[in-house]
Amino acid sequence: MGAELKVRWVLPEYIEDILPAEAARIERLRRAILDLFAAHGYELVIPPLLEYMDSLLTGTGHDLDVRTFKVVDQLSGRMMGIRADITPQVARIDAHLLNRKGVTRLCYCGSVLHTRPANPGATREPIQIGAEIYGHAGVEADLEMQRLLWKSLELTAVRGARVDIGHVAVFRSIVRKAKVGAELEAALFEALQSKDRPALRQLGKTLDSATRNALQLLPDLYGGIEVLAAAEKKLPKLPELARALATLRALARRCPIPLSFDLAELRGYHYHSGVVFDAYCEGVPGAVARGGRYDEVGAAFGRSRPATGFSIDLRSLAGAVRAPAPRPRRK
Amino acid sequence: MASISIALSKGRIYDETAPLLARVGIRPKENPETSRKLVIATNRRDLRLIIVRASDTPTYVQRGGADLGIAGRDVLVEHGGEGLYQPVDLGIAACRMVVAVPKGFDYERVVRQGARLRVATKYVKTTREHFAAKGVHVDLIRLYGSMELAPLTGLADAIVDLVATGRTLRANDLVAVEEIMPVSARLIVNQAALKLKSSQLRPLVDAFARAARGRR
Repeated sequence: MGAELKVRWVLPEYIEDILPAEAARIERLRRAILDLFAAHGYELVIPPLLEYMDSLLTGTGHDLDVRTFKVVDQLSGRMMGIRADITPQVARIDAHLLNRKGVTRLCYCGSVLHTRPANPGATREPIQIGAEIYGHAGVEADLEMQRLLWKSLELTAVRGARVDIGHVAVFRSIVRKAKVGAELEAALFEALQSKDRPALRQLGKTLDSATRNALQLLPDLYGGIEVLAAAEKKLPKLPELARALATLRALARRCPIPLSFDLAELRGYHYHSGVVFDAYCEGVPGAVARGGRYDEVGAAFGRSRPATGFSIDLRSLAGAVRAPAPRPRRK
Repeated sequence: MASISIALSKGRIYDETAPLLARVGIRPKENPETSRKLVIATNRRDLRLIIVRASDTPTYVQRGGADLGIAGRDVLVEHGGEGLYQPVDLGIAACRMVVAVPKGFDYERVVRQGARLRVATKYVKTTREHFAAKGVHVDLIRLYGSMELAPLTGLADAIVDLVATGRTLRANDLVAVEEIMPVSARLIVNQAALKLKSSQLRPLVDAFARAARGRR
């Protein structure tokens, strides 16, 4: 075959075919997880692959914008985006279309597209599968999400899975108390994400000593349940912060899964509003699942609803699975 | 017990890390400077060193090829540091990243005028960001070594490089006109590893932090 012909079927970087063995594994997982969601009362929705940028990005912040592929709609001349995250779409469906009063449980599964890999070496076309609860602000909803996530991971027989949780109000209450400007807050946020204590020290120079000390403590506040006691003792006594720690404690008490805490973990800080968590397992260099509370996203669609949920990257999870997923048990 | 790897590079980083390793209680079984092995066992059975090129250290740690790493801040900033924790400034291998020009070159004036500057460097990303933040247009020339030669041969107007003593600059009639950042080595940690192997990694991270404090 000529070189030119070979080049013609080369796929773009970080885009790949899924071949039979892997495809079978992913599909088995997809079915098992969707069945699990259905059994727990989650209704499936299938949002569109692309929609107008305005609605796609509502309430989600800048990170999602640069991760979204854009095309111009030939019918309307407006800019459309190919979804980089299904969560905001499902929030839109809950806020606008269903318009239910009580608690709504929704789930979804589909491909998303990223302009650049979310983690080094990750695919640009993850398959996102997830579940969300709308209309319940209590810790019970967060707990239900964590249990469901755990059951999903159990289906896959991955090894050494654990969930790492934090709460955005910890950092948020500290910077709000100190009336930190948006630019400095963004810089502090970035330093905190990489536990970059020297940078935090440098950036905190202009702040009062209580804030500075609190920011220096945060990178170290990770580990087991003892982290919460340390935080209660050492961090400033702010009502919002105390509530956040109480929520984490309530979760820890009632969660049957291996939990660890990281009070500097703020992924999705721009649209999350409460508990945030990541699931890790052996054999995957990044998180296999992420989730948390995002009560304010619905407000951007004109209807504020408490919301919490998680999503799993099905492809990286399938990659971590050594044994094939168990088939659904027959009675 | 899971095994832990620490990625580091030969040369200055290893030389100055060796005393820290000793203080943390890690004794390599061989000297990486003389051994040809790239994976070096240590007195701790659960811990090994892997010897990489300095600029590859963040990549190994980020992708889970190593759990911990020791990398200069220059390398980290250039790499982007995404997906890494960098909790400890080890305070070793200290130097500065600077803009240097030939003696007599009026850098201030050129920058003020908004002229397009030709800059040779191996820190392409850092340099681009530095000049973009100043609002200066630059043509970047990527070189892999002997930066000082670029202005002397007319390849570039300025260079961005690390300076420790300034002897090389002086020997080649260059002067540092602007500091981009102070540089020293950092301990970096793979994010997932810190969550999954917390019981092994955390004591190490804390020990390095103590050892670095003790040095100062």
